[in-house]
Amino acid sequence: MTSAYGRILALRGVSLHVPRGEIVALVGANGAGKTTLLRVISGVQPFLAGHIRLAGEPIERLAAHRRVAKGIVHVPEGRQVFGPLSIEDHLRLGAYLRRDAGIAGDMARVYALFPRLRERRGAAAGTLSGGEQQMLAIGRALMGRPKLLLLDEPSMGLAPVLVDEIFDVILRLKTAGITVLLVEQNAVAALAIADRGYVIETGRIVHVGAGRALLEDPAVQASYLGL
Amino acid sequence: MAEFLQFCFSGLTVGSVYALVALGFTVIYNASNVVNFAQGEFVMLGGMVTVALLAASVPLPVAGVAAVFVAALVGLALHRLAIEPARGSSPVELIIITIGASIFIRGVAQVVFDKQFHKLPAFSGDAPIHMLGATILPQSLWVLGGAGAIVIGLHLFSEHTLVGKAAAATAANRLAARLAGIDTTAIVSLSFALAGAVGAVAGILITPITLTSYNAGTLLALKGFAAGMLGGMGKPLGAVLGGLLLGLAEAFGAGYVSSAYKDGIAFIVILVVLLSLPQGLLGKHSAERV
Repeated sequence: MTSAYGRILALRGVSLHVPRGEIVALVGANGAGKTTLLRVISGVQPFLAGHIRLAGEPIERLAAHRRVAKGIVHVPEGRQVFGPLSIEDHLRLGAYLRRDAGIAGDMARVYALFPRLRERRGAAAGTLSGGEQQMLAIGRALMGRPKLLLLDEPSMGLAPVLVDEIFDVILRLKTAGITVLLVEQNAVAALAIADRGYVIETGRIVHVGAGRALLEDPAVQASYLGL
Repeated sequence: MAEFLQFCFSGLTVGSVYALVALGFTVIYNASNVVNFAQGEFVMLGGMVTVALLAASVPLPVAGVAAVFVAALVGLALHRLAIEPARGSSPVELIIITIGASIFIRGVAQVVFDKQFHKLPAFSGDAPIHMLGATILPQSLWVLGGAGAIVIGLHLFSEHTLVGKAAAATAANRLAARLAGIDTTAIVSLSFALAGAVGAVAGILITPITLTSYNAGTLLALKGFAAGMLGGMGKPLGAVLGGLLLGLAEAFGAGYVSSAYKDGIAFIVILVVLLSLPQGLLGKHSAERV
């Protein structure tokens, strides 16, 4: 894929594969193109050339909301909650395109995953703490029954104990059969739970491999892990 | 006392219309951040289309409903043809587009209809109702009741329907709304159609009292805007409050000072609000944590 903001190329011929049921981590410095890549996949960022396939089906021409219907759900960077709306409203809106009977059951499952959200379910999202907003953003995405969940910097700005909790949740999502593409600045934590990892640098993939293998790769360690 | 009550009645009647115009502004502003200065044209279309259909022997209720649909369609067309293609433009550019659209709609109305003033028959007679020494027209009760029904209807729509919540989500965070699967372009289109319908209802209700013509919308848009500013742009309750207060201020100003200044009061309100409380009466009590 290739994508640009105005005339500035943000992605230059990036190619990656996210196998079903795995956690794939995408790591790299600020401005490397990680967020752009997720935005291109979810359809909120126009791109110049390339193909995106979900289980073999081309989706690059679909509008963002049609991709959600196909099971690609994106939790954007910085959480992006609907300030005045309640937690319950967020979860209901996460299932906006669904017409099935499982919505109430899924809401109960999200509350079981994040008991804190149940306690404050009537509260306006704008009044929640950063950690609660992150849980809410993930919970809202889960209500869309994602096949592929795109997570953009879920640990950003959170206290270490919350970071652990979020990563724990990501592992549980994998157990539940959800495929995850995880973008993180916290590269060590991300690669530690990832089946596969990609390292991106100024719009290009520069390393690829199993998560553990990348963690131990001296070149990756030196440039990206600060070890 | 009777005089005071009389001014109250007329102020609340015309204030209800300002409130509906301000609500039209609010509906569009909340979904898209566009200040739509063609809002007054929806009011004009409501009155003029009803007048034209009535002249073609269509019964009043049918003509009214048809006029609401016409205004809603014009709202849709305004969004699809003028606002959506300019997506990403600055607020000032979008405002200028809506001003251009309002001039265009007025021009077309002048050609399709005419340049005369028109009246609609009052819905339930012209016999004034006497109350505590003052009188109120039955049509005023229609205006108050109709405005109340629309306010309640819009509230139920936004608080108790999924599409209403989706509109609130689109207003709060368009990106997140798209990522939740909401077709935000369709939601904004819907808000323009809704604003068109609300404006048309205001036009139909008030025409038996104030007459209408192809350019009746201009002043109404400015007054509705003043009402919206007074209440706090983007606040439905503020729109209602601002509309009623502006109507009352006009009625008392015209009654106790001079009717020559009646139309000036809205502009004094705009100036005072901009200078002393730019957020409006209900302000923006935003509960965002960043």
